[in-house]
Amino acid sequence: MRHIARRLFGFGLVAGVGLGFMAAPHNAAADWEPKKPVEFVIMAGKGGGADKMARLMQSVIQKHGLASKPFTPINKPGGSGAESLVYLKQKTGDDHVIMVTLNSFYTTPLRNPDLDIDISTFTPVGRMAEDTFLLWVNSDTAIKTIDDFVKAAKAKGNGWVMAGTGKGQEDQLLTDFLNKAYGLDMKYVPYKGGGRVAKELAGNNADSTVNNPSEQLGFYQAGKTRALAAFTPARLDLFPEAPTFQELGKDFVYFMQRSVVGAPGMSKEAEAYYRDVFKKVYATDEWQGYMKSKSLQGEFLTGDALKTYWAREKENHREMLTKMGEIK
Amino acid sequence: MEVLNLLAGGFAIAFEPLNLALVVFGCAIGLFVGAMPGLGSVNGVAILLPMTFLVPPESAIIFLAALYYGAMYGGAISSIMLGIPGASTAVATTFDGRPLALQGKADVALISAAVASFVGGTISVVLFTLFAPPLAEIALTFGSPEIFALMVLAFATFIGLGGDDIPKTLFSIFIGLAMSAVGLDIISGQPRLIFFGLPGFYHGINFLVLAIGIYGIGEMLWTVEVSRGKMSISQATMSLRRIVDGVIGLKSSVKTMLMGSFLGYFVGILPAAGATPGSLMAYGVAKTISKDPGSFGKGNVDGVVAPEAANNAASTGAMLPMLTLGIPGSPTTAILLGGMVIWGLEPGPLLFVEHSDFVWGLIASLYAANLFALLINIAFIPAFIWVLRMPFTILAPIIFVLCIVGGYAPTQDMHDVWLMLIFGIVGYLMRKLDYPLAPAVLAIVLGPLAEPALRQSLLISNGSFAIFFERPFAGVIMVIALGLLILPVLQKIVRYARRSA
Repeated sequence: MRHIARRLFGFGLVAGVGLGFMAAPHNAAADWEPKKPVEFVIMAGKGGGADKMARLMQSVIQKHGLASKPFTPINKPGGSGAESLVYLKQKTGDDHVIMVTLNSFYTTPLRNPDLDIDISTFTPVGRMAEDTFLLWVNSDTAIKTIDDFVKAAKAKGNGWVMAGTGKGQEDQLLTDFLNKAYGLDMKYVPYKGGGRVAKELAGNNADSTVNNPSEQLGFYQAGKTRALAAFTPARLDLFPEAPTFQELGKDFVYFMQRSVVGAPGMSKEAEAYYRDVFKKVYATDEWQGYMKSKSLQGEFLTGDALKTYWAREKENHREMLTKMGEIK
Repeated sequence: MEVLNLLAGGFAIAFEPLNLALVVFGCAIGLFVGAMPGLGSVNGVAILLPMTFLVPPESAIIFLAALYYGAMYGGAISSIMLGIPGASTAVATTFDGRPLALQGKADVALISAAVASFVGGTISVVLFTLFAPPLAEIALTFGSPEIFALMVLAFATFIGLGGDDIPKTLFSIFIGLAMSAVGLDIISGQPRLIFFGLPGFYHGINFLVLAIGIYGIGEMLWTVEVSRGKMSISQATMSLRRIVDGVIGLKSSVKTMLMGSFLGYFVGILPAAGATPGSLMAYGVAKTISKDPGSFGKGNVDGVVAPEAANNAASTGAMLPMLTLGIPGSPTTAILLGGMVIWGLEPGPLLFVEHSDFVWGLIASLYAANLFALLINIAFIPAFIWVLRMPFTILAPIIFVLCIVGGYAPTQDMHDVWLMLIFGIVGYLMRKLDYPLAPAVLAIVLGPLAEPALRQSLLISNGSFAIFFERPFAGVIMVIALGLLILPVLQKIVRYARRSA
């Protein structure tokens, strides 16, 4: 009976919270505290990688009572994140707007100068992780190594389909690298979302992909897809059989940032507050466990270190996009 | 028989007191969330996701799945009662549900919706129980050419047969398609049709904004005009006798119900499709196979039954790719997927093996959720009827406020509210000029699915349309779709030939 009573109590709690009766926990450590719910803008659509991560962060904040006011996620995926960036810019000086961002943080303003976005004005809160990329093929094929891959892709020429997410974004940058480095002519076909891309490969509707581990893991574990090589400096624990491109003699490394930024012109106190919250999120078992299970890497970066990182990555992306002919 | 054993084990989990309580609670919240315009199951699940940390993961997903299910029932309520689609999945229910309510048959419409939802839900859970793994394999091979073929089929059911004015239907579809092109083009990565450079257009035109505008606001304006100051717009009544008669009357809709259930389920399975296209397609097919297609849109019970059976069936169907492939079939399952990852349940082909307790507990709780949602829904019907009896002078402002909330809630952007008001006025005018509105709604839902699928296919095939006929699934679907499109033209020719002979 006690067992049941406890479970019913759990149910009662859910009910109470669901109706909005739970008192917000108090955070005594910080000087500044949000005075109203914090808008947690997500630079991508519902259900994508950035969205899942944002909701995980929100859940962790709520579960551990890390903030005195709720963080309410709002998806603004329009125009590869252009919508979010313009929105944050409009909110200059607002202490209650933060955003989860990825590499479109660099590429979208570079590709659309009309937006007039200067990312160096955005407030650095924290880099929560760096996501990794691998080259994948379907396990039905006889392709086991990068040499097999190059041979097969060369034979098919422009008929080789590389599925990826979006135009001029991460996946296409990697495809472009592979085409140039190995003298290939793969055709890049953009889809909406990494999950869909992973499925196209598993269903044999594409010849290869450059998915993140979190997107391809399920199919990989079921033996439907194979990892050929990693775009990381060292081999990944989850895929020890996949060599890095550096091992294969190509000096190329690529990561996707998973960061939180604040609106431009945020007060120093608010910046410190959010930095503190996300540093705690980073240290929780949930976040660490998630990073490990999805092969995410990277230390927590904040402040000037994060700004320097952005400046460097922006230049890298400018160079890559210029080489591709996407920008002048 | 292994399936039955597993299912029995699942029921043992589903009927644990906590889980059962969560199913009932989830259904009730879902009903409310579904009925509130603009909230819908996506937002309901997203809002309550963090709350689930207080219970074990299995119970948490059972709760959210029940909520998802309840919302599918709830969506019909505001569609029928107020003419505002409560959720995108219930838009097709508005087409005939609202006219029925205006004729004083709101109770019949509500009961038909509830029973159809129950049948659709149950059939789909049975299909899920028996054929989950092989269907997942089929869903996996469905690529862009198949998706495009399916979309052509959906359009064909709307243009093909039926008594509508075909040029006006086409006009309505093209307007919808043009609006669905607003926003980011994923193939070229460039923004398109950003009118006046307004940032609100970057996220495209939200389909609910259009639907609430046309049906909610437009309907209200229309009613204001036709009621000419009459106090009450419908003589809604309610008695046990009418409920029983209503259920018996559904006998003639059994065929439609079954069609909606199967169609909804299969469309729901396909990644990226989900319950909204499923319910719209079911409506189109119901009209196509009906003996009296002319009565659709004017209060045909089959027009309520088909989309309601389909949206519940599709919501179960959408769980299949989520659980087995890790790919959400609808926005709501995308959020459920996020939840599962947080709880440490990795969706994918191995989920059925490694967490079979969880999977079967979830399936069993879907059976239970279905039953409870039906009971709760029927119990509340008298309350809904009472709402309809309010004088229209009170009801109209309530509808107006709900529309504005519904337009604002999904994106939290005033841009969408203004847009919705414009659509409301345009919808009212289109209606006065006798343009069918449903095809425009269909186009704005299916356009964003059809267009990338077409262009991805043509990219892969180097521009050759043969890709739609060479692949077995795509080929069959395409041939049926083209047949449906050509049929009315052939009929006309035959009729003309006979007359002149």
